[in-house]
Amino acid sequence: MKRLVAAFMLSLLSAQVDALEVFACEPEWGALVTELAGEHAEITVALTAFQDPHRLQARPSLIASTRRADLVVCTGAELEIGWLPLLLRRSGNPNIRAGTPGYFLAADYVRKLEVPTRLDRSQGDIHPQGNPHVHLSPHNITRIARKLTERLAELDPKNAAVYKMRLDDFVERWQGAIDTWEVRAQQLKGLAIVPHHRSFSYLAHWLGLDVIATVEAKPGIPPSGAHLSSLLEKLNNYPPVAVVRTPYANEKPTTWLAERLDKPQLVLPYTIGGHEDATNLFALFEVTLTLLEGLRP
Amino acid sequence: MNHLRKCYVTALCWVGMLHGNFALGATTDPIADLRQEVQELRRAYEARIDALEARIAVAELAATRARTSASEAVEIAEDTAIATTAGSAAANVFNPAIGVVLVARAADIDRRWETIPGFIPSGELGPGKSGFSLGESEVNLKANIDDLFFGNVTLALQDEDGETEIALEEAWFETTGLPAGITVRAGRQFSGLGYLNSFHRHTDDFIDRPLPYQAFLGGQYIADGAQVRWVAPTDLFLEFGAELDWGSGFPASGSDDVSPGAWSLFAHVGGDVGANHAWQAGVSYLSADVQDRGVEDEPGAAPAFTGDSDLIAFDFVWKWAPLGNPTRTNFKLQGEYFRREEKGVFDGIKVDNDQSGWYLQSVWQFMPSWRVGYRHDRAATTNGSIFTGTLLEDADDSPHRDSLMLDWSHSDFSRFRLQYVYDQVLPKSDSQLLLQYIMSVGAHGGHRF
Repeated sequence: MKRLVAAFMLSLLSAQVDALEVFACEPEWGALVTELAGEHAEITVALTAFQDPHRLQARPSLIASTRRADLVVCTGAELEIGWLPLLLRRSGNPNIRAGTPGYFLAADYVRKLEVPTRLDRSQGDIHPQGNPHVHLSPHNITRIARKLTERLAELDPKNAAVYKMRLDDFVERWQGAIDTWEVRAQQLKGLAIVPHHRSFSYLAHWLGLDVIATVEAKPGIPPSGAHLSSLLEKLNNYPPVAVVRTPYANEKPTTWLAERLDKPQLVLPYTIGGHEDATNLFALFEVTLTLLEGLRP
Repeated sequence: MNHLRKCYVTALCWVGMLHGNFALGATTDPIADLRQEVQELRRAYEARIDALEARIAVAELAATRARTSASEAVEIAEDTAIATTAGSAAANVFNPAIGVVLVARAADIDRRWETIPGFIPSGELGPGKSGFSLGESEVNLKANIDDLFFGNVTLALQDEDGETEIALEEAWFETTGLPAGITVRAGRQFSGLGYLNSFHRHTDDFIDRPLPYQAFLGGQYIADGAQVRWVAPTDLFLEFGAELDWGSGFPASGSDDVSPGAWSLFAHVGGDVGANHAWQAGVSYLSADVQDRGVEDEPGAAPAFTGDSDLIAFDFVWKWAPLGNPTRTNFKLQGEYFRREEKGVFDGIKVDNDQSGWYLQSVWQFMPSWRVGYRHDRAATTNGSIFTGTLLEDADDSPHRDSLMLDWSHSDFSRFRLQYVYDQVLPKSDSQLLLQYIMSVGAHGGHRF
């Protein structure tokens, strides 16, 4: 037993000496930490692109990961309200409590879209602070990268210069990529889409896409047959170029609607790993734009 | 003036002469002449290109400066916008998170039981009454107390024969700032023993608790005391806990002296297998020093037990979801095994009882919103023949039930459930049908594993 305890202590110490242990809720934040910290961070990602960030459970493996974390990087804006507070409390890790430097919520640093004016659950599972799917605007990524670098430097001051250097390098490459994407985006302006959930609002806002409806009647509530029929009727008069969904969304209602409208159903990667080529942040936007360009008439 | 012009002319002559000499040379080598001209041209162009490049560099610098200051301005504007929208100065911003759960049911039950054959009755047992009944409506308040403590209170409102009872179901605080994965909790709390015990009942997959929970823990073991938990810093989830219970409730009924009436130890281990599977298993031990534990509400009237009670419990739960995404379909298999030894005196007779119970249940979400489940639960005693004819007479066939349930959830916050129970707790079987609703208002509950 003594030896076991010693081994635990040792593993704890070595983890702290070698690299920052980072627990990222979503793959996009894992990828961003990789860009900004490189080998100075040991990253665990809670979700995959195939898991709904609203619906995750605080499973034992995640409690074990948060227990060891020096920094938690999540979206916030209540996206993870069902499981993150629970994980943090169950882990017994004081370094990542809300309000400590080890607790970083990306959505705190960007302007949210779709902030509800009426807070009432009859509007569905709404988020009081606004739409939390902030990462699909590359300008938000730049802002968050800056704030996250400050946080990395605060937690690991001896590598602060490294983080700053990596940030400058990242922002330069990122801004270059944004410039080329925005040239391509000219061709996508006004493209009418119907997403399953409001997961692509920031992307649509950035690219000037026209979100004419969502498959869900209310956020977080599976669409009923009646709702789908009335939606179909409405869309028949003003059809979108495609029905769009995330890799984790239930494909049944979107498939049904796309077939009836005789329009393609497009699965956008949404996050890292949502498409086999979407292996990092650059590729995520690259793939997303390429897929959307395929919709052009 | 004339003199000056002369000078010019002379100079021109000189130039002309030189040029003539040069031209003379060129006739001897025209390629060198051409090369010379090309070089001069190049020199001229290079000078112009340098000048242009310098102008471009200046322009670029100006552009970067403009972009930097523009993005800085945007940054500042965004920061201000975020700051002004984030804050709220209302007096109620520090109110705790409030969650209210409304539960009620309608039931068709022919053979109601309140004790399980062979077991000393404790807690609230049985399928309850027929007809419509409001169950426990729950009010939960929770919030951080300060930077070191977190507090939680749950009140249960229950209508008992026309009178509304308020029960303090939970009232505890726990630490949030202790180092090394340690959490200490004190107050009235759901014990960490077993799997199901620490869950609120409205999160259960069936309307009532399984038989071993009813037989051994009175439905739910609520401890008044302190708990220490430690999560190991390992890849595998490892949690160890210990509790001291000073309370006078079940299972240490009546032991109200200074020493704790009960203590328990528990350990949980869990992890993932691939992307589709997650599991957790545990073992728990509960030791109680029992004083006069008898039928509730009938002091003196009913026989009571005094002695030592030792319970060991094993639990496991396994969950499956395609790619770990439970949105469309998912499956859950869960089971627990309890074994208890009670040594002491019951109704003046020396006893050494050995009791056991288990349940196994599975719930399958076959499409969004819809789930179906099956549960088998059982509890058995070996009290011996000396109790024949008394409350503790062993049943011929150990009490057991088979339950089927179907539930529909419109959202995370509303659920309707239909449950059919083939009840064989009593020697004569009973078919029961129950309908329940569970409505959650307010703060978003946690998705516990």
